[in-house]
Amino acid sequence: MGERILMKGNEAIGEAAIKAGCKYFFGYPITPQNELPEYMSRRLPKEDGVFLQAESEVAAINMVYGAAGSGARVMTSSSSPGISLKMEGISYIAGAELPCVIVNIVRGGPGLGGIQPAQSDYFQATKGGAHGDYRLVVLAPSSIQEAVDLVQEAFEIADFYRNPVMVLGDGMIGQMMEPVEFRAPQKRDLQPKDWATDGCKGRKPNVINSLWLQPEKLEEHNWKLFKKYEEIKKNEVKYETIQMEDAEFALVAYGTTSRICFSALETLRAEGYKVGLIRPITIWPFPEAAINQAADQVKGFLAVEMSTGQMVEDVRLSVEGKAPVHFYGRTGGMVPSPNEIVDQVKAVLGGGK
Amino acid sequence: MIKVAGRPESLQSKQFHYCPGCTHGIIHRLVAEVMDELGIREESIGVAPVGCSVLAYEYFNCDMHEAAHGRAPAVATGIKRVHPDKVVFTYQGDGDLASIGTAEIVHAAGRSEKITTIFVNNAIYGMTGGQMAPTTLIGQKATTSPYGRSVEAQGYPLKVSEMLATLTGAAYIARVSVHDPQHIRKAKAAIKKAFEYQIAGKGFTLVEVLSTCPTNWGLTPIEALKWLEENMLPYYPLGEYKTPEEVK
Ligand SMILES: Cc1ncc(C[n+]2csc(CCOP(=O)(O)OP(=O)(O)O)c2C)c(N)n1
Ligand code: SF4
Ligand SMILES: [Mg+2]
Repeated sequence: MGERILMKGNEAIGEAAIKAGCKYFFGYPITPQNELPEYMSRRLPKEDGVFLQAESEVAAINMVYGAAGSGARVMTSSSSPGISLKMEGISYIAGAELPCVIVNIVRGGPGLGGIQPAQSDYFQATKGGAHGDYRLVVLAPSSIQEAVDLVQEAFEIADFYRNPVMVLGDGMIGQMMEPVEFRAPQKRDLQPKDWATDGCKGRKPNVINSLWLQPEKLEEHNWKLFKKYEEIKKNEVKYETIQMEDAEFALVAYGTTSRICFSALETLRAEGYKVGLIRPITIWPFPEAAINQAADQVKGFLAVEMSTGQMVEDVRLSVEGKAPVHFYGRTGGMVPSPNEIVDQVKAVLGGGK
Repeated sequence: MIKVAGRPESLQSKQFHYCPGCTHGIIHRLVAEVMDELGIREESIGVAPVGCSVLAYEYFNCDMHEAAHGRAPAVATGIKRVHPDKVVFTYQGDGDLASIGTAEIVHAAGRSEKITTIFVNNAIYGMTGGQMAPTTLIGQKATTSPYGRSVEAQGYPLKVSEMLATLTGAAYIARVSVHDPQHIRKAKAAIKKAFEYQIAGKGFTLVEVLSTCPTNWGLTPIEALKWLEENMLPYYPLGEYKTPEEVK
């Protein structure tokens, strides 16, 4: 602890999971996240854990389902097309209220898409990419250090709420190298997993299940889940604001894009533009209140994403029509430059500072 | 029909929801009796499929984990890797195992996962109302093969036991039937062996059980038993296809 080491994002995420007590990893190769399963395949056997390369992402997430149901801290990772395959399992895990951590190192889509960084899986991650009334907690780090901190916290959140947590990084977060320090996460008051299927010695059998054939029961279950999600919304929203105190215009961006926006902000500030940045760290739950509040202060917003516009819809919902919300995006693996964002802000503001 | 006295401890006291004459209930009972005899009820975790036996988690009196359609072997893998000292089994139908879940079962066998699969082959999709299964026989009518399964249109029924027996990771593969008391006894012996080999760490074990679906076959329970004997046995020969002795 306290020591800073240079690590690649994907490997740092793996180490963070191990530090958080994750002993089981099930995955399937896909670029640009391969360094993560590779790292786990080296490290986990030494930690008395299990790394298993599954026959598919479908199988991997179902192994996670089994491992989580039997009480383990467990993780899987993939990139966009693989995450699509995991969706069935994610729905079951959410329905059965099991904790696990799923990492998506997003690449461009749709279809086979490309292998360069993208943020075009926002809808899938935050709006329920699979069937049913369920939510994932979605954490979106913008640096390797933050990825490491959030991955560790993800396990605590998952166990605390008995809910799957997704860490959404883009290809940049996965591939970049940065110095990181492994800090012990804040421990939550976790209940023993007395619901786990680990043999019924001395108790009644436990059942892990997401089937409720009676509609009254399923409705009851869904409202119970809903209440949990409301609780998460109340307690777990995370965001960062930069130079919002006197801002007259706000950029909104998460992950890698927020770093580029920060560079743009510095340029704009140096030129006298009073621009601030709101950076959602949890994209579900989304920092609705913070953005709504900012809408009373700024003349407008510019959402910047590596997609054709997904998060921008949540920004608009949060703003509730109080101020115009503009969008700038690059997609398909193209990364916006700070200058492009500077130009966009100037164009929107029409030269008025 | 087979009359059996007393309920094994490994079965809950719940009434089965199976149709009259359905042999799913017999197979549940055999698994439960084996669990009782081996004294493994409290050490066992079962994985229920999607199919008529989806509610198996309400019947077995041990820890149970429901799986998505076809994914039971992957779920069982996750459980077994976390608890290598426990007994883990899946209970799956032929649509579940031999169609949507072929990848999962083949790779669980290939990896030699130390689990036991009870594979209930009734040559039909029971739960969804009698559609064609990958195991539906040539000429057999189903709601999605109303003129009878034809080789030209639907190809050949899969022989799962024969296929899996070719895998080095498979330790014990047997096909049994439950159409009469003598075969039921043999079926139980095979199921017991499978669990014993799992416990001994021999590798992947599977027992394919030929089973009836009077409801969707459009037959009485008695006719169904006879239909199984006359039509399924010739295409799906019974026997042990792989035993640990053959594993080097
Ligand atoms: C992903 C998915 N596809 C389809 C279904 C619908 N479905 C439920 S049971 C079943 C077939 C089950 O047949 P089988 O495995 O042979 O079991 P049986 O009912 O005959 O015992 C199907 C297709 C489902 N639940 N999930
Ligand atoms: S539909 Fe067929 S398999 Fe299902 S319970 Fe009835 S008889 Fe058994
Ligand atoms: Mg069937």
